[in-house]
Amino acid sequence: MNIFKIIEEIEKVGPEANETIAPRRAALKNLTGLGSKVATAALPFALGAFFNKAYGQNVTPVSSNGAAANDILNFVLKLKYLEAAFYAKGLATTGLIPAGDVPVITTIANQETAQVAFLQSALGSAAVVQTTQGTAGVYDFTGTAKFPTVLTNYDTFLSVANVLKDTGVHAMKGQIPNLQGNQSALTTVFKLHSVEARHAAQIRQMRKARTVASLKPWISANLTGSANDTGIGASVDAYYVGETNIVQLGYTMTSFVNSAITTATTNLSTNASIEAFDEPFTMAAILPLVAIFGVA
Amino acid sequence: MIKEEIEQIDKKIPRKAFFRIAGAGAAVLAVAAAGCKASMGDVTLANTDANDVGAGDTGLLNYALALETLEAAFYTQVVLTPYTGITAAETSLLTDIRDHEIGHRELLKAYLNTAASPATITPTFTGIDFTSRTSVLTAAQTFEDLGVAAYNGAAYLFNSSTYLNQVGKIVSVEARHAAVIRNLITPGSFADSTAVDKNGLDLGLLPSQVLAKAKVYISSAITANLLP
Repeated sequence: MNIFKIIEEIEKVGPEANETIAPRRAALKNLTGLGSKVATAALPFALGAFFNKAYGQNVTPVSSNGAAANDILNFVLKLKYLEAAFYAKGLATTGLIPAGDVPVITTIANQETAQVAFLQSALGSAAVVQTTQGTAGVYDFTGTAKFPTVLTNYDTFLSVANVLKDTGVHAMKGQIPNLQGNQSALTTVFKLHSVEARHAAQIRQMRKARTVASLKPWISANLTGSANDTGIGASVDAYYVGETNIVQLGYTMTSFVNSAITTATTNLSTNASIEAFDEPFTMAAILPLVAIFGVA
Repeated sequence: MIKEEIEQIDKKIPRKAFFRIAGAGAAVLAVAAAGCKASMGDVTLANTDANDVGAGDTGLLNYALALETLEAAFYTQVVLTPYTGITAAETSLLTDIRDHEIGHRELLKAYLNTAASPATITPTFTGIDFTSRTSVLTAAQTFEDLGVAAYNGAAYLFNSSTYLNQVGKIVSVEARHAAVIRNLITPGSFADSTAVDKNGLDLGLLPSQVLAKAKVYISSAITANLLP
């Protein structure tokens, strides 16, 4: 099915449709253009979404002109610039990363770089330029002296990586509702977001293997009762605010019975309730958390 | 052909009214199908099949429930009958994952009970040797990667931002699981090229694509005919 053909046919039907659709061509491109990855099977739904927007009922500005979607993708791009630079700097710092860990950090670094290139390509001329970040594109990975040993002590490096990964998950998750109705941008952020979570689990497992035997690959509260299990102190508590939440869709998760435990009636544990869901952070909440590195 | 179809519709209903209908959830199916099949008469909107997850957001949540039910049942069995040579660290990880999946299942089930009958499925794990580490972890990787792809691929279909947010909260935990299981099989494979593409993006699959892969583990009939 050729979606543009259908729109052209609709335009021929009457001037009223033409008037309504013509200014919305950009919206349609926005729905289907990013990465050109919309499967043919998904096109009817892109079409449905287009109608939804074009004939607007409570339309958010995101899909109708693309501007807000670009702001959100640029926000994600800024975080990706930071992370790509962070892992590149780590790999370039002699003696920081043990030889055994270099392949994994390289995998993460390469995927960050690929994500940067992908977002730049999707945004085109609207993409924020990397040199607007930090000081002419150079970041302060100590987080304005919060983590002074980040490039000299590998455990600090991993802890900061842990913070940045969980923060990436929180940040992208927070933008999900703002992209609703924009199929391509929403799906892209979902796909970036789950890779970020894979990385987060990996970094946590590396910290576990080195220093923190009971650290989990998911955000828990099993270590200190706080969800901040980064090992770099209360100064990063703000990066984990709300992660001890155990209420989802109005249900207190610990009120559910854990069906796997049959010896006695046992409810879902508090830690499992915390771990089973990652929480969203708004853009306003994220920006100060990454500004200390130079994200602007 | 499409032009004629639309002209026909045009005669029957005022266009503005038609498009207002077109934007309303499940009826999008009718418009899309009309675009492809050029036939308005063939489209069934009502779901009369008890084995189908249904349409719209309810259908999507039922579909998610089916996947979470499958995962919860799998890990319950894994922890109940551990594979040969399982370590304490592995037991701990797999028990955590089991409890997360049970949490996901219970939440979706409780929530759906307020609006509709939740989908019930009967998991079957024929072909998985629960005594074999390789067999169990290979199946686990399939479930976790599939879960991630399922949520990524279905996200845009949700009408409700509440549900969309909720699946966003679940999918990253599934991705953490996927990374851990992959590392248990092959250290360092948490995000290798079989999971993440050259652009650094995870996979996304439509309900029909996911169910085609998941069906081998479900003995009861289940369809998602009203979802793409």
